Parts: sequence; structure tokens; C-alpha cells
Amino acid sequence: MMGMLVYGTVNSCILVLMAIGFSLTFGISGIANFAYGALYITGAYLAWHFLNSLGLFYPLSIAISVLITGLIGVVIYRGFLFRVRGIPLSEVIVTFGLGTGMLEAYRSIGLTGHGYKLPPFVDGSLELFGVYIDYQRLIIIGLGIVLLLLLWVFTHHTKLGLAFRGMAQEEETALAFGIEPESTAQASFGVGAGLAAVAGVAVLPLSLLNVEDGSNILILVLAVGIVGGLESTFGIITASFIFGFSQIIVSTYLSPLYSPVVTLVSIVLILTLKPSGLFGSSKELEERV
Amino acid sequence: MVWNLDKSAESVKYRKERLDRGIKVRSDSIYSLTSYREALYLILPRALTVVGILVLPLVLDEYWTRVLVITCVIAVLALSWDFIASAGMFSLGQGLFFGIGGYSAGVLNHYLGMPPVVTIPIATGLGGLLSGILLLPVLRLRGVYFAMVTFVLPLIFRALIEATGAFQGLEGLSGLSPLPNLQVAVYVIIGGMFVCFFGFRRLMDSDYGLILKAMLDNDRAVMAGGINIYWYKAQALFLGAAAAAFAGAFMTHYYRFVGISAFALDNSVLPVAAAVVGGPGGFAGALLGAFILVPLCESLRNIGSWRIVFYSFSMVIFVVTVPEGIFHYIARKYHQYEKWVEME
Repeated sequence: MMGMLVYGTVNSCILVLMAIGFSLTFGISGIANFAYGALYITGAYLAWHFLNSLGLFYPLSIAISVLITGLIGVVIYRGFLFRVRGIPLSEVIVTFGLGTGMLEAYRSIGLTGHGYKLPPFVDGSLELFGVYIDYQRLIIIGLGIVLLLLLWVFTHHTKLGLAFRGMAQEEETALAFGIEPESTAQASFGVGAGLAAVAGVAVLPLSLLNVEDGSNILILVLAVGIVGGLESTFGIITASFIFGFSQIIVSTYLSPLYSPVVTLVSIVLILTLKPSGLFGSSKELEERV
Repeated sequence: MVWNLDKSAESVKYRKERLDRGIKVRSDSIYSLTSYREALYLILPRALTVVGILVLPLVLDEYWTRVLVITCVIAVLALSWDFIASAGMFSLGQGLFFGIGGYSAGVLNHYLGMPPVVTIPIATGLGGLLSGILLLPVLRLRGVYFAMVTFVLPLIFRALIEATGAFQGLEGLSGLSPLPNLQVAVYVIIGGMFVCFFGFRRLMDSDYGLILKAMLDNDRAVMAGGINIYWYKAQALFLGAAAAAFAGAFMTHYYRFVGISAFALDNSVLPVAAAVVGGPGGFAGALLGAFILVPLCESLRNIGSWRIVFYSFSMVIFVVTVPEGIFHYIARKYHQYEKWVEME
């Protein structure tokens, strides 16, 4: 019972960590980043290569890989999305095509197997309420909380963060106040990509690096976003906890294989009962239905 | 498009002027054709395509006939995508319809022993019906949200079959009844493709199609006109999904096998790529896209697993650089001539 509680919390924090970048980009620029899973994997692979091929110091290689993934995001925006901005379906085709292309390219290069494993930040485990839990999972919980706090400070007390919120609320009014929509959207796409990499390097030490994860992550993130309401950070957190715990409960009492069912059922249920998501706003409702 | 070709002192500006060719104007608006040239102008491009595709299986060797079969399957999926898209629903999950059709045919054949002549038509209808019912709760969604849900569904179906082991789980249903021979198979799928192509075109030109087009342009206005858009969306989804389910059912008997690979990402990416490269809207683009992409990829056979990478990136490049698509580009050149004129 205690184990379920602890692992449910860990699982939920992982989901928060994954979903936060996606919802940030979507809330601000309105771009659904279907390349999110690919960027998540990219971050982890880059970190692996810096660590093992170049032999860099681990924290340094993580920092560089997050930075580079963020830059890749900016390049994707500059090179492709910039030209189709405002046509939602073209935006989806671009991000979806790039994401699938990147993931399949990794698969073709053969970036999978036992060799590809990131080491945990700190080895070892400790006993918590009678449950053994390794440090990496604790770090993920801490990282989730720190990231949320940082994001709050960023969006409430920095110029770029305030511009982000202005864009999210009303793009045209923001423009009237001198916030440039293009560069702000570009920044939000870059920050979203960077956050994807942060999630990747933090979560992937728990298992092997695997290309399949790219699309699985995307499904989870979309599910969390749809259920929680994409603009609302609080909604994302709530939805992550719902998914995190229901997955653990289903895996304990039924089988881990049934956790996709939870995802599907909750998406369908929420869309039928409350299409704006649990905490979505009315503006979002209009976009959805 | 405005170009400043000459950067000298006067700085004359030029713009591109497009005018319809005389023959297009004559054959368009006058309801009696006055010469063979005008008749050919209208008929030739259409007739050449149809006759060409019908003759192809007779001249190709076995390997390329097989490529033609795959091409036609992708073309049917792309046509189905284009049809659903022209009713305002943007699907990223053609694999769902394909897989449901494939599994329907497989189950009917494997457990009930029905022959392909029976299973393919039933699977077509059943696939359309099941997909329609499955997507009924999410029909209210618009744009990106519909795309998100349709993207998630086939992957979850795949996971479900893996988890429950239904229909022999990972192994899939194998040893199903084959189609009589390759010649029959290729003409069945070509026939299906033409039925979809001309059927969908006819439908979009009718009053019924007008409502579908209006839903794409402005669904709120259609609602304000007192039309139940969800009912029409469900119908459009049924038709589109039935086409894709036909492709799935055909493939099941063609390969004599159906497995979770039917729900794979390939079947969702390829049709979108074909439709986008060829040019969305009007169905001819989707057809052309499939007939360009699939054989091209097949001729670069040794790229193996890079093929999805190739499809995805060509889709991205086309949507950014030639958003109208190859077909509409060619059609424009065929109907209009362009010249640079000086701007005042």
C-alpha cells in the first residue's frame, strides 16, 4: 500500500516533468509540438554521446545537451514553423513529420540496445516509509518541484516570462503592448524543447534508452494535456497525478500491460464529459469544440 | 509575388501576372466544344491517367506489379485521408481504419472461414461502422485536438492487442485465404482505388459535398444554418474510414496475414505524406502523391528502414515550400500562363 503511494507519486512527478514543456509551448504559441517525443529522446542521446564518446563531465554534458536541444527547437521554429505559422494543420504536419523522421532516423542508425544507458545522477537507494526507493526517483520528484517553482518565478517576474503569459492570454493585445509574437513564440518553442531534454535526461536513467519511448511519451503527454487542459499548469499537475496513480493501481492489480487502456478511457471520458479538460479555460473550449 | 529584378536608379518593379489560357476559357464556359483540340484538352489528362493505370499491370514484371499494389493501397488511404480532411477533420490515424478493416477481414476469415469475396465487403462496411462509432465521442473536437486523438488511437489499439493477446496477440492471424492470383489482386485494388477516387469526387461536387466543404471552411456558419454538423461528420467519417478499411481488408488477404503491424505508424504517416506532397484537396493530388512517393522509395530499395524518414521529411519540405502540392502546381501550369509585367 505504502509502496503504491510512493511509486504513484514518483510516476506522477515523471509525468509532470514530461508534460510541462509541451503545455508551455502549446499554451503560448498554440503549436502542438508532435516532435516532443523526438526532442525528449534527442536530449538523452546527446547527453549519452557527450558522456561516453567525448568523455565530458556528466553534469556538464547534461547542461550542454539541454542547451543544444533547445537550440534545435529554435531552429525548427525558424526553419519550418515560421513559414506556416497560423495554419494549425500545417504546423501539425511539420512537427509530426519532423518528429517521426527524427525518431525513425535514430532507429535506422541503430541507437538502441543495452549499451545506451545513462547512469543515474546519484547511485544507491534508501528506505522511505518501509519502501526502498533509489535516489534517482527522489531527484525526479525534487526536480519536478524545483522546475515548477522556477517556471512560476520565470513567468511572473521576468520580462520574457511576462511576455509568454501575455501571448497566452491574447496574442493581438500582446502585440499592441509591444510584445513581438514571432520571437516570443520562437522562444517558447525553444524553452519547450529544452524542457523536453530535461525530462529526457532525468527520466531515462531509470531504464534503457529506447526509440519506442519517443512515441510513448508523446501519447502520455497528449493524454495529460487533453485531460488537464493544456494552458493550465494546475490542470497538468492534477492530470499527471490522476494518470500516475491510476497507472500504478492498474499495474499492481491487473497487469502493467493494461496501462494504455487507462490512457484511452480517460481521454475518451474527459472529452465526452468535459471537453475543455479538467481545468481548461473557455478560450480553449472554443478551440476544441 | 513582387520582385525587384532591377536594382538600378529607376528601380522598376515587376509582378507575376497569371492568365487563363484561351483554350481553358473556351472549354470551360462554352457548353459545346468546338474542336477536337478543346475536347482533347479536357479529356486527355484524365483518360491518359485512367488508361495508363489500367494498362500498367499488363506491362510490368512481377516485382513492379507488387509495387503497384502497395502504391494503390497507399493511394486509397491517401484518398480516404483527403476526403475526411475536406470535411474538416484532420486525421493522423489512418492506421486505425486500416487496422480495423484488416482485423475484421482476418477474424471473419480465420474464425468463421468466410472466403475473401465475402470478408472484404463485410470488413469494408464493418470497418467504417466501427471507426465511426469509436470516434463518435470525439467528433466534437476541432483541428489539432482531433489530430491528437486520432494519433493516439491506433497506437493504443496496438498496445491493447499486445496486452490482452486478443486475436493471437503479437503473432497475429496467419495462413488466411489468399486472393486467386496477382493479376486479380492488382485489378481489385485498382478498381477499389478508382471507385474511391471518382466516388469521392462526385460526392464533393454534389449538394451533400457542399455541406462537407462548408464544414471545413466555417463549421459555425453551417451550424447556424440549422444543419447538424456532427451527423454529417459521422457520415463523412464512415465513408472515409470504409475506404481505408477496404485497403486494410485487401492487404490482409494479399499478405495472408494480419498483425499489430497493421496499426503501425507507417500506415498513418504515408497517406498524409502522399496527400501533402501531391496536394491536398480535390483527390487527384493524393493519387499523384502516392504514385510519386511509393515507387520512388521502392526504387531506392537499399535505403530500407530509412523509408519513413524519407516520407516524413519530404512531407515537411513540401508543406513548407510547395504548400499547394505537386498536382495543383502542374494543373496551374496547364491551365494558365504566367508573365512578368511592370508595376506602375
